[in-house]
Amino acid sequence: MKTLIINGETQPMEARTLAELLCQLDYDAAWLATAVNGEVVLRDARASFDLREGDRIEILSPMQGG
Amino acid sequence: MLDLYGTAVSSRLLLGTARYPSPAILADAVRASGAEIVTVSLRRETAGGKAGGAFFALIRDLGVRVLPNTAGCHSAKEAVTTARMARDLFGTNWIKLEVIGHHDTLQPDVFALVDAARTLCDDGFEVFPYTTDDLVVAERLLEAGCKVLMPWCAPIGSAAGPINPVALRAMRTHFPDVPLIVDAGLGRPSHAAAVMELGYDAVLLNTAVALAGDPVVMAKAFATAIDAGRKGFQAGLLSPRDMAEPSTPIIGRAVFS
Repeated sequence: MKTLIINGETQPMEARTLAELLCQLDYDAAWLATAVNGEVVLRDARASFDLREGDRIEILSPMQGG
Repeated sequence: MLDLYGTAVSSRLLLGTARYPSPAILADAVRASGAEIVTVSLRRETAGGKAGGAFFALIRDLGVRVLPNTAGCHSAKEAVTTARMARDLFGTNWIKLEVIGHHDTLQPDVFALVDAARTLCDDGFEVFPYTTDDLVVAERLLEAGCKVLMPWCAPIGSAAGPINPVALRAMRTHFPDVPLIVDAGLGRPSHAAAVMELGYDAVLLNTAVALAGDPVVMAKAFATAIDAGRKGFQAGLLSPRDMAEPSTPIIGRAVFS
């Protein structure tokens, strides 16, 4: 178990990788963009990206914009 | 046809997708406008990817090209990171680059804008920078690798219309071969016609359509005005005169006294 900050909220999670985290959160990964600690993690790299205690994760999706 | 980074576009209206009364009205407004390019954004997902997915499915069904933005970013680093996330998600090198410098006016931070534009152009992005009408900043953006410029004509969402047409005209004159798109500040179809008459290549709109009483009709009205302004520019506009000049020939008029 590690503590992660996901979209600004602190949560205890068991995920080892970023891909596992999205799966545990039941996110539809096809519609997401991700960054960890301010650095982009491309979709192809999520499965091999190991998460560490205290990581700050941003999970973004398409939104209306001007 | 308008050439934007090698892509030929026939519609000179780029439409934002925010603030419409409903997704259905957004879709109808896009269709009515004839826009081939719409802007989209990225925000924190709160519904497990379902909310963003539903929105993007709607956009995809419209068959338009997306221009992701970096709206809300206040530093070059934020904007660059957001642009890279947008490329990963939307699969396009196009990015509408916004780096906001002032909370009230939403004026771009032109220094950070140039920095971010340089980084992104070097990284293979095709950057559409939201900028001011400052000529020196425009030069720097072109030097950074931008091939399109998007000056404001008034603050975002203000509906004020072209508040400095002299500066807009100067920009057109200084950069005759660069696609120039007025982005932000338009409130009425006549505003759009006015900037197109100045020789601008296109306009990017959102609020003026989305918050209209009838967004679908307003989208059509803007499209018509943009077309009229463009044709007027191409046809050659008369310069204003201080004194009257009769339109009916003087020669051959009757003399009664």
